[in-house]
Amino acid sequence: MPEVVVENVHKSFGALEVLKGVSLTVGRGEVFALIGRSGSGKSTLLRCMNGLEKINSGRIEIAGHALGGDAKTLRSLRADVGIVFQSYNLFPHLTVGENIMLAPRIVKGATRPETQQIAREVLQLVGLAEKFDSYPDQLSGGQQQRVAIARSLAMRPKVMLFDEVTSALDPELTEEVLMVMEQLARDGMTMILVTHEMSFARRVATQTIFMHKGTIWEAGPSRELFANPQTPELRQFVKSDVK
Amino acid sequence: MTLRTFGFDEFGFLLQALHWTLLLTVIALIGGGLLGFAVALARTSSVQAIRFAAGTYIQVIQGIPVLMILFLSYYGLSLAGFELPPLFAAGASMTIYTSGYLAEIWRGCIQAVPKQQWEASESLAMTRLQQYRYVVLPQAGRISLPPTVGFAVQVVKNTSITSIIGFVELARAGQLINNATFQPFRVFIAVAVLYFVVCYPLSQLSRWLERRLHA
Repeated sequence: MPEVVVENVHKSFGALEVLKGVSLTVGRGEVFALIGRSGSGKSTLLRCMNGLEKINSGRIEIAGHALGGDAKTLRSLRADVGIVFQSYNLFPHLTVGENIMLAPRIVKGATRPETQQIAREVLQLVGLAEKFDSYPDQLSGGQQQRVAIARSLAMRPKVMLFDEVTSALDPELTEEVLMVMEQLARDGMTMILVTHEMSFARRVATQTIFMHKGTIWEAGPSRELFANPQTPELRQFVKSDVK
Repeated sequence: MTLRTFGFDEFGFLLQALHWTLLLTVIALIGGGLLGFAVALARTSSVQAIRFAAGTYIQVIQGIPVLMILFLSYYGLSLAGFELPPLFAAGASMTIYTSGYLAEIWRGCIQAVPKQQWEASESLAMTRLQQYRYVVLPQAGRISLPPTVGFAVQVVKNTSITSIIGFVELARAGQLINNATFQPFRVFIAVAVLYFVVCYPLSQLSRWLERRLHA
């Protein structure tokens, strides 16, 4: 059963058409990597999936919720779909523990002992159990990003979206975040990630999608796609990534 | 007829009047704070008509002198048949004046919270009310402390305008004593010093808060 269905989605910012009819289907437990140059529409596509950007036409269904209903429908969708951003976006006035416990408590109505247990559990998962009482600005970028992942996981999402989550990190910190994501993938989480980490996409993603000029230019199982790119654009893109 | 001189009793009278200045300031800040907070929220509403109404309110209040607000609430309302004590008219007009400025200051503070904080909290399925309550307002509140305290200094000084409708606060008390003593230098220097004693610590507090915020 597909966990994510995107059907013929169009999206424009003013006169600029960013997505020109994009369709894809993600099965439960699959990991999709979206790659492509900046401006190719991959981040916009991801942000459309949880309603941060409104689509102009087409259909998106994710974790059993259709996009485009009223505010309440959108919230129930978002409760099932986690997203992690490039800039972490932790709440700076709250401790790590409070960052994680807030949404489960006020959105799902969980009790304090319950949320505390969830918080400890997800922090354990990202390897930051000892940071429960720290504030975000006391953590490194990599640690903040792992907390952001933990904060999303505390909502028990069915799908996780990652929007260039390691782009602001230096290589060493990138590695610790990618390890957490790889663990998630192994545990069977359905994931869609916009990334510039080609080796990670090749190794962890079940499918890789190359976006170009607002369309899906080339797609397929990651190993094949990287080993044997069909279009000159993808060949060029893969080659330019070998630094 | 002999003129009184500016002595201990007269200074005591000024101190008493200072209480009224402070009371008026507190009324203006509480009333104007509540009203201004509502207008600031309206100004950042997702509904365009509400944003527009709040924007118009701010423009109008900031675009006319406090004196006109004062005259309108004092003479205007009494003409309409309401016999208002000066404290009421003074409190009402200072409240309206304060709300127009605090609303604009606080709107800026709300909008100074990065857009990403809205996106992150929205993505965690929070309602707009929850976003304000748990994520945006706590951060905006912190940002707002220095400019709000700074503005309080303006309110303290601007309460002097209510002397015009006969409300005996510090400035009016100074006038009265000057009429009786005709020692304007002594009297008004004393009045000025009293204003300064109230305002200077507030200014320093505002600067201290600002330094702490940017530390």
